[in-house]
Amino acid sequence: MNIGWYLAVSAIIFCIGAGGVLVRRNPLVILLCLELMLNAANLALVAFARMWGNQDGQVFALIVMVVAACEVTVGLGLVVAIYRRQLPIDVDELNELQG
Amino acid sequence: MSAVLFFIAAIGAITGAFGVVMLRNPFYSVLALAFHLVSLAALFLLLRAEFVAAAQVIVYAGAVMVLYVFVVAYVGGGEQLASRGALRVLGPLFALALAIELCIAMLGAGLKGVNSKGAAFVPGFGTPRSIGQLFLTRFLLPFEVASILLLVAAVGAVVLARRRRGLEPDEQFERRVSAPRPAWTGTMAEAGGIRMPFLDEQPAPGGVPVATPTGDRSGSPDPEYEGGW
Repeated sequence: MNIGWYLAVSAIIFCIGAGGVLVRRNPLVILLCLELMLNAANLALVAFARMWGNQDGQVFALIVMVVAACEVTVGLGLVVAIYRRQLPIDVDELNELQG
Repeated sequence: MSAVLFFIAAIGAITGAFGVVMLRNPFYSVLALAFHLVSLAALFLLLRAEFVAAAQVIVYAGAVMVLYVFVVAYVGGGEQLASRGALRVLGPLFALALAIELCIAMLGAGLKGVNSKGAAFVPGFGTPRSIGQLFLTRFLLPFEVASILLLVAAVGAVVLARRRRGLEPDEQFERRVSAPRPAWTGTMAEAGGIRMPFLDEQPAPGGVPVATPTGDRSGSPDPEYEGGW
C-alpha cells in the first residue's frame, strides 16, 4: 500500500480523537481520546520512517509512547484524587481554575 | 495480500476509534481502545516496524489498558452525557473541519514519496536489534530522559492518588496514623501471639477522634474529613 493511505488513516483517527475530546465530559474518556490522537501521530511517524527508510521516526514513536504512558499515569491519578474528594467526575463541573 | 491486511487493520482501527468516542459506558470505551491498539499494531507491522508493534501490544494494550480498567472499576462510570451545550454540535464540526484541513495539507504537500511504497527494504529495518542500537548510541540522551520522566510520573501518580488530608501540615493526620485501636485487630505480631503493649492503652482523655484505619468515609467521626485531599 502507498504511504498516503497510512497517512489518511492517521488523519482520520486524529480527527476522531479531537472530536471526542470536545464532545465527551468524562475525564476518563477524554484521556482515552488523547490516546487516540497520540496513536494517530505515532502511525504518521512510523509511516514517514518507512517512506524515508530511516529508523529515527520509529525511535520518536517509542518516545511518544513513553510520554503517553506518563500522561495516562498522572491523569488517572488525578481522576482517582477527584473521586476521593467526592467531586463530580465531569469536566464541566470542575471549573474552579476557569478565569 | 498486504492490501487486504491493510484494509482490515485500518477499518478495525477506525471502528475502534469511533467506539471509544461513541460508547456511553467508559468500560466499553476502554475495550474499544484496546481493539483499536491491536489493529494499529497490525498497521505498524505492515510498515515494517516490528519493535514498535510489539511495544504497542505489550505496553499499551497490556499495561496501560489494565491501569484503565482498574481505575474505571474503582471510579465506576456509566452515568452522564446530557448535552454539553454548544460543544455538542460544534465539536464534530470542528473535527470535520480539521479532517478537511489535514486532507488539503496532505494532498498539497507534493511529497513524491507519499505516493510510493516507501524506500527499498533493508534487512534488519525496525528490528529490536537496530532500534536498541539507535537508543544506546545516537539517542542515548532521549532514552535516559525518558527513564527519568517515567520515574517522575510514577512518583507523581502515587502522590496524587495518595489518601491524605489537607495540603497544610495537620496534627490530626498524625494522630490518625498512630490512632489507638482495639487490641487483637490484626497485626502480624498479634498473629504470632505477641501482644503489642501500646495497643492496649486507652485513647487520651482529651477526646481525640479515633479514625477508622480502613479509611471508611461514612464511618469517619471527623465531620471535616473529606476523604482525600
